Formats: sequence, C-alpha cells, structure tokens
Amino acid sequence: MNQPGRLERSSLGWLILIAAVLGGSAAAFAYTAGWLTPGRLTPDRMIAALTPPSGPPLGHRRNHAKGICFTGMFEANGNGVELSRAKVFVQGSYPVLGRFNLGTADPNAVDATVRVRGMGLQISAADGEEWRMAMINPPIFAVSTPEAFHDLLVAAGKKDPEAMKTFIAANPEFAAFAAWSKAAPWTGSYAEEPYNSLNSFVFTNAKGEQRAVRWSLVPTAEPTSIAQAELKKRGPDFLEREITDRVQSAPQRWTMVTTVADPGDPIADPSRAWPENRRKVQVGTLVVQRIEPERDGPCRDINFDPTVLPQGIRVSDDPFPAARSSVYRKSYDLRAAEASDYPRTEVAKP
Amino acid sequence: MTSVPHRFAPVQRLLHWLMALCIIAMLFIGVGMVSTVMPEYLPLILIHKTLGVALLVLVLVRLALRLHLGAPPLPVDLPPAIKLGARLSHLLLYGLMIVMPLLGLGMLWAAAYPVVLFGGIEIPALLPQSDRVHTLLWNAHVYLGLAFFAVVLLHLAAALFHALVRRDGVFATISPLPQRERMKPTE
Repeated sequence: MNQPGRLERSSLGWLILIAAVLGGSAAAFAYTAGWLTPGRLTPDRMIAALTPPSGPPLGHRRNHAKGICFTGMFEANGNGVELSRAKVFVQGSYPVLGRFNLGTADPNAVDATVRVRGMGLQISAADGEEWRMAMINPPIFAVSTPEAFHDLLVAAGKKDPEAMKTFIAANPEFAAFAAWSKAAPWTGSYAEEPYNSLNSFVFTNAKGEQRAVRWSLVPTAEPTSIAQAELKKRGPDFLEREITDRVQSAPQRWTMVTTVADPGDPIADPSRAWPENRRKVQVGTLVVQRIEPERDGPCRDINFDPTVLPQGIRVSDDPFPAARSSVYRKSYDLRAAEASDYPRTEVAKP
Repeated sequence: MTSVPHRFAPVQRLLHWLMALCIIAMLFIGVGMVSTVMPEYLPLILIHKTLGVALLVLVLVRLALRLHLGAPPLPVDLPPAIKLGARLSHLLLYGLMIVMPLLGLGMLWAAAYPVVLFGGIEIPALLPQSDRVHTLLWNAHVYLGLAFFAVVLLHLAAALFHALVRRDGVFATISPLPQRERMKPTE
C-alpha cells in the first residue's frame, strides 16, 4: 500500500486512468448535448431555418409571429365524453384564451400576403387543467416529417429556383399542400376560416378505450371567397381590424368536430388526409367573445404548445407535436428574453 | 455529535449513490432533450421534471441526515488547501442539488407552463408569468446545470484520486461495497 500523501510511479497509471474517465465523461456529455454533431436537427437549427434574411422577429414568436388575442368560452355538449375522459368534454362551459395568427415569421407582414392562417387555443377545466393547441387552416400539413419541414424552410429560403424543385422531388407529399395553397379560396376574415389540428392525438375514455383522432374548428360564419388582389387593397392589418369589429358586434362561433381514425389510417403523417367518411363527433362550440391586441393581451405570454394536454388526451405516433413542443419552447425562451424589443404599453403587469 | 463515525451511515451511502445516478442521468437528459426535436423529447422532459422534483425531496432528506448523523473526518495528513477544496465542493454540490430543481420549477411557472409530472401529478404554480423572471431562472438553470456537471466531474476525479492514488480511506467512507476493517495498517 502507498504511503498516504505520497505519489509513486505506479500512480501515473491511475492518474492517466482518471484523466481518461473525465475525458470520456465530458465527451459523452458533449455528444449528448449535440455539440459534436452539427448535423442533428435541433430546435436552434429549426429556428435558424425559420428566421428570415432580415433577421429574427425580436420579442415575437419565431413563426406565426403576427397575431391578435381573443378570450371566450368553450361550450362542451357532452358528446366528447364517449371519446375522452378529458374534463373539458363534460357538458359545460370552460374559459378559453386564444390567438388568431398568420403563418409567417414577420410580425409586420401584410395580411393579404400570408396564405396560412392559424389559431392558438387554450381551454381550461374547472380545476385549472389545461389543453393547449395550435391549428391552421389548410386541410393537410405540407410535409410528413419535422426533418422535411426543415428542408422545406431551407429550400423556400433559397434564391435558387432549383432548390424548391429539388425539395418537391424529394418530398412528393408536398404536392397536396401546394395544390391547396394555389386553389383554396381566400377569405376576408379570421372568423370564416376552419382551424385544423392536422396532427393526430389519442383520446382515452373512462373505459380505457383509445382512439386516434384529429379535430377541426369549423366556422359557423359563412365563408365568402375574395380575390387575393382585392384583399391587398384592404390594408396591411385588415384581418385584425375586421375580427375586432366583428367580435365587438357579435360573438363568433366555431364547432369543434373530432374525426375518429379507422384502423390503417395514417396516424403518423399529417400530410395525408383521412377518408371523408370517417366518423365525426361534434363535441362543442368555441365562442370568441373579446379581441385584444397582442402587445398587452393575455395570449402574448402563452406558448400554445400542442403537447400541453389534459388527462384523457395524449400524443400519438405523429412526430410533429414533440418537434413543435421543442421548437416552441425555444421560441418562447428567446422571445421572453427579448421582451424589451416588443415593449408593452402598460406600465405594470401583474 | 457524540461519536465520530468511520463511514457514512448505510442510509447516507444508499442516498448518495442513488442520487448520484439520478443526477448524472438528469444532467445528460437535460442537455439531450433541449437539443432534439425527436419524439423522445416528450418522455425525456417528463422524466426530467419528475426526477427533478423527486431529487428535491431526496436532497432535503439527505441534508437532514447529514446534519443529524454527520460525516467521517478527512484524513489528518490531507493538506489544508485540499481539505478546504473538499468542503467547498461538497457545499457547492449540496447547493446545486437544492437550487437546480427550484430553478427548473420556477422557470416553468414563470413561463405559465403547467407542471405535470409522471402519473398526472400537477405541481401548482407559485410564481406568476413573467418574461424577466423566466429569462433569469432559465439562464441560471442552464449555466448552473453546466457548472453542476463540471463539479460532478471534479468530485469524481477527487473520489478516484482518493481511491486509487492516495488510498487514504476517504473513498471507503462512501463506498457502496461492504468494507473490510477500515485502514488496516498492513495489507
């Protein structure tokens, strides 16, 4: 045995071993953190791909950056109880907080130039349990995987016209979204749009039965098709003005329709629609009662992370909700740190 | 304290090794989950939150045991600077074990995220949403987390140094293995 406190030649081997253990541990840590694998699709890389050449929208969401807040109620009719034991499906009225938004990284985008319109929504049960979601108006998503979405953002950001062609060749599922984008009518109001979950989730009812579902908020307002050129004449913020006036004169309603998958339906791929004849269950009505500007509004501070789910709803094999959660979290962290770039007008906030 | 223990009590050793495994897992999960968009993100973050709260409870138990049962003395021939380093690094480890879960919870509360653990257990928010508080706590959680890993490595290096190079009985005080009679003069 060594004399305590004195090093011997044989100690050198042990010291080398200790150094190797430390070096190996540090390397494993660095690998896990992604520092050694720049090719890994991280939330940071997704956000970099979302960022326009003019720079990030400081203080704003990194995508769907332009929006306006609403509050209201979700009136559950009780039909959803058969599908999910989530408390918000029990017949009754539940407070909601939401945000109409545009699918753009530019918070100052001209409304008539943005094809995709969206809705963030949070429904709170009586005990405070929350269900958050973020939906958009196309009937299917543009791509099958988060990696393909990243590729789409990169290709769309390139000046080279070949980039999109190469992307489409590699991701043929994009054709359905492109067709919608080209042919779907434009409307003059957030209130005339449907908002679709697109992603599949699993509902579990009180008996423990599980079903994959998607849902849509279908507007009760009759959509009126208006040419995009006509909308461009209405000013850069006509959607926000219109919804403010419209809700001021009367609450606006959407029916929440849940679609239940049949066995074999594509659960994991939001770019593929389910056949029209799938069972649909109307579970309630969203009533939008009040509009508030985002700057000081209640939706500003909410991350509409679609994986904030109540008991009775969970994610499915669809890879998007996890990816969205990861990227939305990063976006929230960034914009919270940049809040002074998007100052509130109120002096004090509780 | 009535008598000076030769080794940490079995319950202290058990807690040490259990928490060591969990903390190393937490550090790796932490840096791993924030750098992925894969479906594993969700189970990882659920484990991170659940284990974090469990570790907060465990460290309080451990701290109470440490104050009650004490710790074996360091070898008398250990240089004073090393002794000071040992004391400070242990203080730092305890501090980080207590502060990291609190920062984690606080940054989630300040971002208005519901904190739901494994099994649907919900931790009620004790802070209102605040951009500034979230940013402060989030930065502290990230940078102290990285510092935590560095201190864990230092701790590991010191443990191995005691066990393999100095062979001064320090490692035996916490070793998970049953020990022969401590510090036999001849071996």
